[in-house]
Amino acid sequence: MEKILQVKNLELSFNTQAGEVKAIRGVNFDLNKGETLAIVGESGSGKSVTTKSIMRLLPEQSAEFKNGEILFGGRDLTKLSDKEMQKIRGKEISMIFQDPMTSLNPTMPIGRQLTEPLLKHQKISKTEAKKVAIDLLRLVGMPKPELRMKQYPHQFSGGQRQRIVIAISLACNPKILIADEPTTALDVTIQAQILELMKDLQKKIDTSIIFITHDLGVVANVADRVAVMYGGKIVEIGTVDDVFYNPQHPYTWGLLSSMPSLDTEDAKLYAIPGTPPDLLDPPKGDAFALRSEYALKIDMEQNPPFFKVSETHSAATWLLHPDAPQVEPPLTVIERMKKFPGSRYYEGGAV
Amino acid sequence: MAEKLLEIKNLKQYFNIGKANEVRAVDDISFDIYRGETLGLVGESGCGKSTTGRSIIRLYDATDGDVFYEGENVHGKKSKQDLKKFNRKMQMIFQDPYASLNQRMKVMDIIAEGIDIHGLAKNQTERKKMVYDLLETVGLNKEHANRYPHEFSGGQRQRLGIARALAVDPDFIIADEPISALDVSIQAQVVNLLKELQVEKGLTFLFIAHDLSMVKYISDRIGVMYFGKLVELAPAEELYKNPLHPYTQSLLSAIPLPDPNYERNRVRKSYDPAVHEYTKADDVRMREISPGHFVQCSERELESIKAAAVN
Repeated sequence: MEKILQVKNLELSFNTQAGEVKAIRGVNFDLNKGETLAIVGESGSGKSVTTKSIMRLLPEQSAEFKNGEILFGGRDLTKLSDKEMQKIRGKEISMIFQDPMTSLNPTMPIGRQLTEPLLKHQKISKTEAKKVAIDLLRLVGMPKPELRMKQYPHQFSGGQRQRIVIAISLACNPKILIADEPTTALDVTIQAQILELMKDLQKKIDTSIIFITHDLGVVANVADRVAVMYGGKIVEIGTVDDVFYNPQHPYTWGLLSSMPSLDTEDAKLYAIPGTPPDLLDPPKGDAFALRSEYALKIDMEQNPPFFKVSETHSAATWLLHPDAPQVEPPLTVIERMKKFPGSRYYEGGAV
Repeated sequence: MAEKLLEIKNLKQYFNIGKANEVRAVDDISFDIYRGETLGLVGESGCGKSTTGRSIIRLYDATDGDVFYEGENVHGKKSKQDLKKFNRKMQMIFQDPYASLNQRMKVMDIIAEGIDIHGLAKNQTERKKMVYDLLETVGLNKEHANRYPHEFSGGQRQRLGIARALAVDPDFIIADEPISALDVSIQAQVVNLLKELQVEKGLTFLFIAHDLSMVKYISDRIGVMYFGKLVELAPAEELYKNPLHPYTQSLLSAIPLPDPNYERNRVRKSYDPAVHEYTKADDVRMREISPGHFVQCSERELESIKAAAVN
């Protein structure tokens, strides 16, 4: 499989008045061509910072690359000049944000916002750009695109605005599309439409997507692979089936158990105790240890390395060390594992 | 649970009445809320679920219709004194804990505001003690009383909002999307807290949300709203197992669940209001299909819905 983006050992800090906030503390992942990688985690886990650092959208005064590299097309994005970055942003890598009202310019008709990236990155005339823009609007399912080109963002509904943002981001056929919580502000029915649209477009133009969300339902719907982030690190990464049916990290267990499924009985919902770690002074060992009932002594002292569970799946928890005691995951997780061939609770049948 | 705490009768809330841009945010809805239960209200944004909550607590003056609280009309003519009495019994928790807490007030004063207005504390020491107790009830501690809202995380701020609502010892709480702005793991903490408080204090909740899996988890009964109308009302379990109104069916089919297998096979239904083919002659209203399960339909549709309900 062709690797389109490689993030290696990335470390990034913010220099603030209170001190150095270690927002990303050694993140490694690859993005394959044509796949959707979902990054999940709580706010403050570093998922948005990771993708913003790929786009180099962080304030230069305070954000500082400490270590590592981001390889894209043979170049290290952390080292490029602003000018070189501008040629990549919006053309090779583009981004969709959570709130379409703030990412669109309220004083500019959407037609001009659509043609802007085309005129900037491609050598085409204004009339040609307009034609492409109308085609793009049609592609994202906007009725009567010719008429709507002259309208302003406030004349569209939330779902339509997000369609426009998607159209703009796809204008130059980017190799990578980063979607930062693109459906969080939308209603479930509109969310379903936007997710269907994104999957459909991905097939048509063969782009890779990094999809950031905290909604595990959405992850199960869109992702090929999933990376779970906690305290500035990836703690588990694998295919969507690996992570949902054979999760290994106690944090992933906690996340999966704290969402009620539609058949959760009246029993008390599992809540991960405590709050996320303070990255001004990150804990020494496993960042999740303080909130975890599965924490071992070593978790407080040493940071766990990645242990391979299978070819596609690895997790950073000492529980996977050969000398670690065998623990029972929460019941809801065991229920999931029963469906996964290769897990120790497998009960037959296929996923 | 048979005792009615709240009766909402033909409630209408229109905005810009008589103008070209008249909005019928809530259009003739009726339902009851029983003492000690949690009634969930779901629907898309703009369907009128928040407006319903706000009209019930009289943040808006209803265009028409009545809200009876323990048999007394909330929207009737009231002296300031009577209104105060109502405000003590009904409280609200809002979605955005950033916006709903005054940035310039200390937690102590935010929580004690209700206590002061209603004169519930005899002196400063008692006032302090009440606030400390409330903080403890919602899982914070008394050191927090001297801080400002910005020093708290989102989940903690929502706990402050809950403590403030509890300060006047209400019977009925309207929670308007109380967990939508919170992280998944924190959502579970807040929902568990609300459930515990309900048992402990015998509270009644109107829980407004668009996250359907959480609503099902917390609610005893659920009402589904669409364009200002209540289209279906049923016990939580029944609504999910046996949705009868096509809009409810479409809403349920749109929820993504954290299960990749289910997601691969999920078929989304879309809802087109035109399928009903209502004419002016049709008497469209809520009808009881099975005990406790109400669906908005016309006389014509009743038979087919009843047939579907049996299967």
